[in-house]
Amino acid sequence: MAELQFREAIREAIDEEMAREEKVFIMGEEVAEYNGAYKATEGLLDKYGYKRVIDTPISELGFAGIGVGAAMNGLRPIVEFMTFNFAVLAADQIINHASKAGYMTGGQISMPIVFRGPNASAGQLGATHSVAYDSMYAHFPGLKVIYTSEPDDAKGLLKSAIRDDNPVLFMESEQMYGMKGEVSEEEDYIIPIGKGKIKREGSDVTVVAHGKMYHVAKQAAAQLEKDGVDVEIIDPRTVKPLDLPLIVESIKKTNRCVVVDEAHPFAGFAAEIGFLIQREAFDYLDAPVQRVTLPDVNAPFAKNLFDAWLPDAKQVIDAVNQVTYRN
Amino acid sequence: MAKKKKDDINFAPRGIGDEKDGAVQKGVDLPNPTKKKHKSLGLSEDDLKAMYEQMYLQRRFEERAMQQYQKGKFGGFLHLYIGQEAISTGTVFALNDDDDIITAYRDHGWGLCRGITANEGMAELFGKKTGCSKGKGGSMHFAKTENHFWGGYGIVGGHIPIGGGLAFANKYNQNGRISATFFGDGAVDQGALHETFNIANLWKLPAIFAVENNGYSMGTAARRHTVTEIVDRAKAYGMKSKVVNGMDVFSVYEAMKEVSKEVRESSEPYFLEIRTYRYRGHSMSDPQKYRTKEELETYQKNDPIERLKSYLLDEKILKEDEIQEIEEKVEQEVLDAVEFADNSDFPDEEALYDDMFTEDEPYFHN
Ligand SMILES: Cc1ncc(C[n+]2csc(CCOP(=O)(O)OP(=O)(O)O)c2C)c(N)n1
Ligand SMILES: [Mg+2]
Repeated sequence: MAELQFREAIREAIDEEMAREEKVFIMGEEVAEYNGAYKATEGLLDKYGYKRVIDTPISELGFAGIGVGAAMNGLRPIVEFMTFNFAVLAADQIINHASKAGYMTGGQISMPIVFRGPNASAGQLGATHSVAYDSMYAHFPGLKVIYTSEPDDAKGLLKSAIRDDNPVLFMESEQMYGMKGEVSEEEDYIIPIGKGKIKREGSDVTVVAHGKMYHVAKQAAAQLEKDGVDVEIIDPRTVKPLDLPLIVESIKKTNRCVVVDEAHPFAGFAAEIGFLIQREAFDYLDAPVQRVTLPDVNAPFAKNLFDAWLPDAKQVIDAVNQVTYRN
Repeated sequence: MAKKKKDDINFAPRGIGDEKDGAVQKGVDLPNPTKKKHKSLGLSEDDLKAMYEQMYLQRRFEERAMQQYQKGKFGGFLHLYIGQEAISTGTVFALNDDDDIITAYRDHGWGLCRGITANEGMAELFGKKTGCSKGKGGSMHFAKTENHFWGGYGIVGGHIPIGGGLAFANKYNQNGRISATFFGDGAVDQGALHETFNIANLWKLPAIFAVENNGYSMGTAARRHTVTEIVDRAKAYGMKSKVVNGMDVFSVYEAMKEVSKEVRESSEPYFLEIRTYRYRGHSMSDPQKYRTKEELETYQKNDPIERLKSYLLDEKILKEDEIQEIEEKVEQEVLDAVEFADNSDFPDEEALYDDMFTEDEPYFHN
């Protein structure tokens, strides 16, 4: 194992895949000469040159679509968005084209493309820069959606995403790029898309949390441990395809579940997991599934309001207390 | 087409500078400033004093804001307008007070010029309830709609169609007002601009669209992100256009006076490329490796505030000590604003749910 920052794990994955396959290239705003707005692509221009590491204008719709066309025509683009909050402008290409072209041409087209970048909020950046988009994209057939929480997952899953012959959305977080973690040094380290991971074993309650929220869940679990509550944390890592069996198995053991999600509540990841659990594990539940999400409100700027807005460990603890009838 | 050697292929233009040996690179080519003096522009001596005070306020407000940011008094982005003050000032003095202005996230100067007080502005940066947007928006979302300043917006290019919409409503209501939409050179590459330009001229919207070309879009020089001269975008849409020296407040004022008159009378859109320069980094964490110190210094020699100051002195409109008096007054205003912001309260917790819908008790999903 090597200790790497999240951004270094991302960079290694891209680097290894670019070295392995000439058809892989990366483009996005400030990815080349600036070395990446968040330094995730640092050094790649020097190594691979201007042909394969490409700065784009601020034209998200345009360059995402150019990625789609290039993928159709045999290349394997990695399209970086400065954040998924700006990918909204490219949504037509992702939703109407990347996810559908293969299907509507009767399988004549393949779409090996990765759209990646930070997702959700990153401190006080205001309403337009703070939305979690993983659930939204997961709504659409034809897309795979990954939102990782730790450097090791990021590396193994990004490599899988780049090798996948389908459109994959790979999500990170501005606030996690500097975070360090042990990363496997196994040669060609691959984590299959669609496999979740039990990140903390426990027997009292299952907490499902991914992306930045995994760390919130972890904090809550440490606190709850002191109170004698043994939390099992499952990080699905991939939102879609979802590793439902892993979650269900855990609930069969703990009989209780809290889902922590950084999206708004309506029709989000937490809502979906809640439905699936009642369908697949109804008889095992000792309490209704609870969720911790953002409120149904835009991101405020003011520090105190922002802190109240973003899910925190306290809310997770409250939800755990609720499903364990400890309050 | 001859096949290039593999290694020769590159897509995006590369490198800093204009690739001429040894020459100081240029962010933008500034056109000559107007030769007219204030009287022939229709500006009184009092106007000039007010302009000076306003530009100096914008500068000092941001310099103090930067200090407060570095002290950790507030978070988020902080995009400084320093170097570009002649554009907001020249424009606001030229337009009618009820003409509608909208801009991007580099919006502090615009807000101050359109009547957001230093107190309201600084408090917004601090995220306090006394801020112009009640602390909900922060640096990127200054707004004062009662003064027809519709705000700063953070999605590059997102507000360009909205500026067209402001003009649409003005034409619809036949109220004689026009709109003026400002954005950066980076925004020129967004589809939103092109769709809006086409509709604006098709429907004859009384709108000024103005790019504040400061040479860079984050770390990317204009020539690396966009083709042709930016001003030529107008040609494709049959729009009138002009290049303006944005480091000279008289030039901006003159252009805006003429253009606003024409737009108001003809109800046709107009595109301005106002060339300027951003002195500071893009936001607060920008190593600025994409430009040289020499380049920055070349533009600082053209500083819009210094320029107006020299004019005021040369024309004997103000004496040194009178200028100093203005500056001290502004300095105090800004220091007071910092204190005001610091002492103001954060919004109440319940305010989180305010301003989402117009009803008193709106539905929130849970
Ligand atoms: C749609 C979108 N893409 C990317 C960004 C990130 N971003 C913010 S400002 C900026 C550069 C814009 O430069 P320019 O338009 O020249 O304005 P300036 O900062 O020079 O005032 C970028 C890439 C964004 N806010 N919105
Ligand atoms: Mg610019």
